[in-house]
Amino acid sequence: MPLEDLYREIILDHYRSPRNRGELESPPAHRVEGYNPLCGDEVVVFLAVDGGQVTDLKIAGQGCSISQSSASMMSAAVKGKTLPEARALIRAFKGMMSIHEHRLDGDPGDGDGIGEGDGDGEIAATTPEVKLGDLEALQGVVKFPVRIKCATLSWNTLQQGLDEVAAT
Amino acid sequence: MALDTAVIKKDFPILHQQVGERPLVFLDSAASSQKPQSVLDAMQHYYETTHANVHRGVYAIAERATAMFEEARTKAARFIGAPASREVLFTKNVTEGINLVANAWGRSNLRPGDVVLLTEIEHHANLVPWLMLKEQLGIELRYIPVGDDSQLDLSDLDRLLDGVKLVGVTALSNVLGTIPPVRRIADAAHAVGAVCLADGAQYTPHMTTDVVELGVDFFGFTAHKMLGPTGIGVMWGREELLEAMPPFLGGGEMIRDVRPDGFTPNELPWKFEAGTPPIAEAVGLGAAIDYLEALGMDEVRRHEVVLTDYALTSLAERHGDDLTIYGPTEASERGGVLSFAYKGIHPHDISQVLDQSGVCVRAGHHCAKPLMRRMGVGATARASFYVYNDESDVDALSEALTKTSDFFF
Repeated sequence: MPLEDLYREIILDHYRSPRNRGELESPPAHRVEGYNPLCGDEVVVFLAVDGGQVTDLKIAGQGCSISQSSASMMSAAVKGKTLPEARALIRAFKGMMSIHEHRLDGDPGDGDGIGEGDGDGEIAATTPEVKLGDLEALQGVVKFPVRIKCATLSWNTLQQGLDEVAAT
Repeated sequence: MALDTAVIKKDFPILHQQVGERPLVFLDSAASSQKPQSVLDAMQHYYETTHANVHRGVYAIAERATAMFEEARTKAARFIGAPASREVLFTKNVTEGINLVANAWGRSNLRPGDVVLLTEIEHHANLVPWLMLKEQLGIELRYIPVGDDSQLDLSDLDRLLDGVKLVGVTALSNVLGTIPPVRRIADAAHAVGAVCLADGAQYTPHMTTDVVELGVDFFGFTAHKMLGPTGIGVMWGREELLEAMPPFLGGGEMIRDVRPDGFTPNELPWKFEAGTPPIAEAVGLGAAIDYLEALGMDEVRRHEVVLTDYALTSLAERHGDDLTIYGPTEASERGGVLSFAYKGIHPHDISQVLDQSGVCVRAGHHCAKPLMRRMGVGATARASFYVYNDESDVDALSEALTKTSDFFF
């Protein structure tokens, strides 16, 4: 498996120069932590939500190039989005990761609303309303199954944060 | 080199495979070692000729299976200098062994407020069973600190031992390679009436083990880190302690009699071995012991000290300040397990790029999260050596590290 499939240039760029790195004062911002117990990676997402919109978002924590670049790309993609748009992005991103995961497991999928993609471009075709853009560079991660959890760590953390914000 | 690794490598089928143009470089034996052909053959032969359940059948193969199973116990007892083979309990691994002691000894000897003294360099296997007892029984846990020199700081040991009923210590750290003075700690424990348990998972595969010499009361090791199969380990305990302990798991094999209103446990060691045991695995463990004894455990240790010294020297020469190797600086004072940080590259990424060169190293917290926090890192990369490793493997690691740097910078 060529390493370049995993470490695409844009991923390395986000790893070397992470976007939205830092902290927001909490409160008023919502602070949520995520851990990957497998490797000790941790991500902290600071979330400012106002008027149904993610007005600001900062990322702290430590981790590998995949988890850090995924968090960085996520921050850039989600900042300024409405809550439904942010949730749609999370679904689309996790779909991109999990479709392949299910295929590896021989599981036809859990019917989470994401089409059963079969290759590059399929995701965009089945969920036309969500543009993953640069995030599609992370698609190569699914060829390295142990690293999928690195890529999804910040997204699961964001999802938890949004759920917690919604519950308050 | 004290051991002829060219010959030894031939004994391990898994090492014959190529990754690209190069042979597989396996540097993760601290997680689990590879198996020589003789171990694989012994287990295969057992299944092909002998398999039947042990301690039950009166027919010939069942008697032979029982004899082979018990012969493995005798070998294991001799291998660690145990006074009697009935003190050798087969468990699934060291983790289960420590859970056995925590439950069977702990529940009958610990009261709320009693103290269990551990160290900051323990594997989760020697932490979580005691943390569970802390929750369930209200015992107190204390920790012997580790100094910046990677050695346990025993300067305050007397105070730490106040009220202690059991001391649990690793015999060799799976992260730092530190070899704590187990004898000294065990003696200090006994002086206050406490018992001492040593986790030998990283120790017994690599040097001569003598549980009497170590002065401990319980000692665990596992087969899969010493050329044997997964699924079998040993917890050794002093006979009078084991006799006084209630059983751990209940079921077949561990009983002498069962009535509707009660049971009588079996005698040692079977009192602690509920259900059909891992028979083929015991045979495999016996074969692994044979292989290691043929090499000679003192030779195994000498080989690893020489190789570790070569690694510490050659890696420092080539990579200088870009590479931080944790643990004691003298090869003779440590095990052949090298945790390292390299140029700020995350261990996962190091391990991933090394894999492209066929170099297998571990990346992560090595099931020692309290120690990772103490070291101020989230994770490390770790290379660990065994009898089949030599300078060529260290050189491959060194070369692949340079490639990792080229890739990320």
